[in-house]
Amino acid sequence: MTEDALRARIEALYQRDGPVVRAALIRLLGDFDLAEEALHDAFAAALQTWPAAGIPERPRAWLVSAGRFQAVETLRRRARFDAALAELAERIAADARPEDPDEDAIEDDRLRLIFTCCHPLLPPEASMALTLREVCGLTTEAIARAFLATAPTIAQRIVRAKAKLKEARVPFEVPGRSEMAARLDAVLRVVYLLFNEGYAAASGTHLTRADLCREAIRLGRLLVELLDEPEAQGLLGLMLLHDARRAARVAADGRPVLLADQDRSLWNRTQIEEGAAWTERALRSRRFGPYTLQAAIAAVHAEAEAAAATDWAQIVGLYDVLLRVEPSPVVELNRAVAVGMRDGPAAGLALVEAILATGRLADYVPAHAARADLCERAGRLEEARAAFAQALRLAKSEPERRFFAERLARLGPG
Amino acid sequence: MKYLCLAYGNQEKMASLSKEEFTALVERCKPMDEELRRSGHLLSVESLEWATTAVRSRNGKVVVTDGPFVETKEQVGGLFVIEARDLNEAIRIASLHPAAHLGEDLGWGIEIRPIADGCHQ
Repeated sequence: MTEDALRARIEALYQRDGPVVRAALIRLLGDFDLAEEALHDAFAAALQTWPAAGIPERPRAWLVSAGRFQAVETLRRRARFDAALAELAERIAADARPEDPDEDAIEDDRLRLIFTCCHPLLPPEASMALTLREVCGLTTEAIARAFLATAPTIAQRIVRAKAKLKEARVPFEVPGRSEMAARLDAVLRVVYLLFNEGYAAASGTHLTRADLCREAIRLGRLLVELLDEPEAQGLLGLMLLHDARRAARVAADGRPVLLADQDRSLWNRTQIEEGAAWTERALRSRRFGPYTLQAAIAAVHAEAEAAAATDWAQIVGLYDVLLRVEPSPVVELNRAVAVGMRDGPAAGLALVEAILATGRLADYVPAHAARADLCERAGRLEEARAAFAQALRLAKSEPERRFFAERLARLGPG
Repeated sequence: MKYLCLAYGNQEKMASLSKEEFTALVERCKPMDEELRRSGHLLSVESLEWATTAVRSRNGKVVVTDGPFVETKEQVGGLFVIEARDLNEAIRIASLHPAAHLGEDLGWGIEIRPIADGCHQ
């Protein structure tokens, strides 16, 4: 192999296996920054020794060992100006087993790293940034673009998160059985927030935001690959089913298109099938929770060939279960809308008005939009106008405002 | 990406050091400098003299005055350029520079600026 070809091989290896080797080094060295440096040094060592010695049989394991060796050397040198590092160097050197780290352990390191990055100790926005950088391998600058923030803001968030984990001596491990449910909840929440962050503003002008959905789905795939947990499968199903509608959700001018009005031929059928399959698998386990139930609702919508063919009775039933598992006014509202489709607008309107009367969703735009829509369908046009006007006042984005202004205009003057 | 790292220090405080203190400081910096050079990320590194000259335009003419250009206690005393994957890696590498360690008493600190790639935006 020529030197150029070897360099290209090493570069490809870095792209493909860099995140995995990094995760292994973070576990072995117990420090994000030391691991990043060791990763760099390991690839530098590969560039130096592989031309003569050839590519090792198991390059990933070689890189992990080389990285650990380099880290010990680095720490021993730096002990000259930071005495505290001497002890750390010897501890890591003593941990080193003579045999190469095995491939399965390296694979699981990514899972350990997700649990560490999504530790409940960290605020969700810190977990999201840390996960994107350390697990997904995104750069600080790319994360900043996706979150519409400046690079220094995201960089500080990441630095603080690492310091917090270090200070609390959070171990790099998959939690044991007793802790699993709560810790998995935190991980799934971070992945779901990432997805929503990308999905909520997925208009043509914010193309980079779509990257967040892609990364969230990749993390979801990683979780189901390494962990047999129904809710992780349910969340992957939910994300795939929602993401399948991406092309139909936004009109050419950036306005949101309601589910009922979407051109269903634009939906990604392959992705819907995959999402539905994960959802069914989670449902069969009988250990599912709110993500799986939301995925099941999304699947019922996705399976209807036209909006009019939607099985509303089944959707109401799923919302009933979801309300028992995770009661929330937003779920109540969604159920009320489904009832309005199953039993007619008057029935739905009674429920929506009862929810609004409690004052819990007073500033929630979709609540007023739902009330307006149900009033219009029930022929109560005066109230429909008032509710659309209220939604228009509360709306935060320009496309949303245009949407409500148009609905209001369509109703004509009172 | 390339990042310019500006090491700011306090000239007055540096001038108040005795010869022995200054030599001791330089000795302490050596292994850190060595680590920075070893990192494989360093493109260039310089220490600066304190004397400064300012060149600017006044009434359509180029005039020369004593610097510094901006009056502050801390002035640039060193600069280095690194190649890093992203800002967080740049922060990690810049942390090896002595100005990140010896700062508290002598007013040293580092400012990191990404070098604009191609055109300015």
